[in-house]
Amino acid sequence: MMQEARQRLRSSRRGLFTLAIALLVLIVLVGSYYQVEPDEVALVTRFGRYVRTTNPGPHTKIPFGIERVQKVPVQRQLKQEFGFRTARADIQSTFEKDQRTQSESLMLTGDLNVATVEWIVQYKISDPYKYLFKLRDVEETFRLMAEASMRTVVGDHSVTELLTVGREAIAAKAKELLANLCRLYDNGISVQQLVLQDVDPPEAVKPSFNAVNQAIQERERAINEAWAEYNQEIPRARGLAAQKIEAAEGYAIDRVNRAKGDAQRFVAIEEQYRKAPDVTRSRIYLETMSVVLPGAGKKLILDEKTKGILPVFPLAGAPEVKP
Amino acid sequence: MSGRGWIVAGVAGVLGLVTLSSTLYTVSETEQVVITQFGEPMGRPITQAGLHVKVPFAQEANFFDKRWLEWNGNPNQIPTRDKKYIWVETYARWRIADPLLFFERLRDERGAQSRLDDIIDGETRNVIANHNLIEAVRVSNRAFEKYEETEDVMEAEAMRQVELGRDKITRLILEHASHVMPDYGIELVDVQIQRVNYIESVQAKVFDRMISERKRVADRHRSEGQGKSAEVRGKKERELKVIESEAYRKTQEIAGKGDADAAAIYAEAYNRNHELYRFLRSMETYRTAIDKDSSLVLSTSSDLFRYLQSPGAVAGGKGAGKAAR
Repeated sequence: MMQEARQRLRSSRRGLFTLAIALLVLIVLVGSYYQVEPDEVALVTRFGRYVRTTNPGPHTKIPFGIERVQKVPVQRQLKQEFGFRTARADIQSTFEKDQRTQSESLMLTGDLNVATVEWIVQYKISDPYKYLFKLRDVEETFRLMAEASMRTVVGDHSVTELLTVGREAIAAKAKELLANLCRLYDNGISVQQLVLQDVDPPEAVKPSFNAVNQAIQERERAINEAWAEYNQEIPRARGLAAQKIEAAEGYAIDRVNRAKGDAQRFVAIEEQYRKAPDVTRSRIYLETMSVVLPGAGKKLILDEKTKGILPVFPLAGAPEVKP
Repeated sequence: MSGRGWIVAGVAGVLGLVTLSSTLYTVSETEQVVITQFGEPMGRPITQAGLHVKVPFAQEANFFDKRWLEWNGNPNQIPTRDKKYIWVETYARWRIADPLLFFERLRDERGAQSRLDDIIDGETRNVIANHNLIEAVRVSNRAFEKYEETEDVMEAEAMRQVELGRDKITRLILEHASHVMPDYGIELVDVQIQRVNYIESVQAKVFDRMISERKRVADRHRSEGQGKSAEVRGKKERELKVIESEAYRKTQEIAGKGDADAAAIYAEAYNRNHELYRFLRSMETYRTAIDKDSSLVLSTSSDLFRYLQSPGAVAGGKGAGKAAR
């Protein structure tokens, strides 16, 4: 009886022991294993000291907190927004602006005006060791660096440049400054892109900037209208001028041709006339008279010897006196 | 092993563990350590990360951060030399360069932050107050791109030459503030002006100024539009006159040439027999000139009617058309 109880106790002890061993092995296994995602690398520290960097895939480490793993997303394109926050990124993203983002975007321009500038910075972690161990608050510091760079560049441009043609140059210059600061701070970040978003005059001034645009439109319209008139009238005038010239040419040709015709006719008659001048002359005279006389209204034929008839002849309506 | 033996072993184990944990300490990559013995700093600070050993119980490890640490200035309302009231926000980054000195003078980061507040805010105030606003805003004397519409609406103040510029101003703050830093075991690595903004009341005035500037620009555009369109209309008028007068000149020229040619042709032909021409032309004219309203007085001595008196031939008969005057 006693023997049996001891036997059971021993076996159960052995069972417990194996269970403990199994548990220990499990803990060691779980504590030794870690996995690195494709866009990350992992930095391993042993007793706090950096020992190695491991690439994506499954890996082992010394468990019990002797080796610790910090993962850094080196492949990921990271982004910070200034002057606004993306509330929800979607097909139609929504953005948020509040007091805080407003003070990020409000800045002085080089001509001592004020503008609101919104921009984003895209960056990658190029050196995970520096990224983790060089600065205490890398991301927040990076924000401050970006703000200082942007304000420095905007401070060297006029508000008109900022709002119109200077945008690209300003973005490029700010990126360069930020990259320089990153190098100075040695924070393991490489700036990929800096893109200006909305750049506007302050809310209170906006209407007057719009009024300028409107005035520009008005100016263009006035000029365009004048040109439209010009384009309407000038070609028409040219056409009319061409028409007049053509008509004049027609007139000249007409004159010459008629002259030639008349001349030829005269020459023809003259040639015949020369052959028999008296007959021809009489013929023409008589032919003409035979046409002319019937057409005339009143005819009075006088004998030269008859005198004194003329005064009683009623010359009604002041008729033409012809021979 | 007896029950007592177990107890002794247990106690020894616990003691050993406690001693071990007091002997060994780990320093991470981001830390540095000053060892103190009964409160007194001992030896050189430990900056190498890893597992380290110290005398248990008597010595204590004091951890300090090795990284660049943050300091953000309090937004400060400062008048510039040209009496512009502005908000200046600065930030700085610093590190504990000499943890031993740092430990002695400031004890911890909280102490450091308040000391940095005093020094950097003070220097910022000094430097900004000693310079014109433009020095804190602009970097260089880079000329703004000229736009004809804004050229003369620019404020004279903004056209002032920059002597130092923002970069040098921040360098100045950094230099001045850095002077005293080694006394605290601190290295000031960078100071930047993060933001410069007008204070509320000045801002309102600046907005007013911007509005009036824009208004001038808008007016300029408008009158320019009127001017340009008038110019175009004038050009149109001029060209119309040119076209019309040129057309007139050409038509006259061409018609004249036609007339002249015709005249030459007539002259050449009629010169063959001038008298005949006159005769024929007169005949033609009679045909058209004499109509039913005309009254004719004819003499029987004329060629046509002489036969009314006698059918005989008349010697020396005059040419036809002899007028009885």
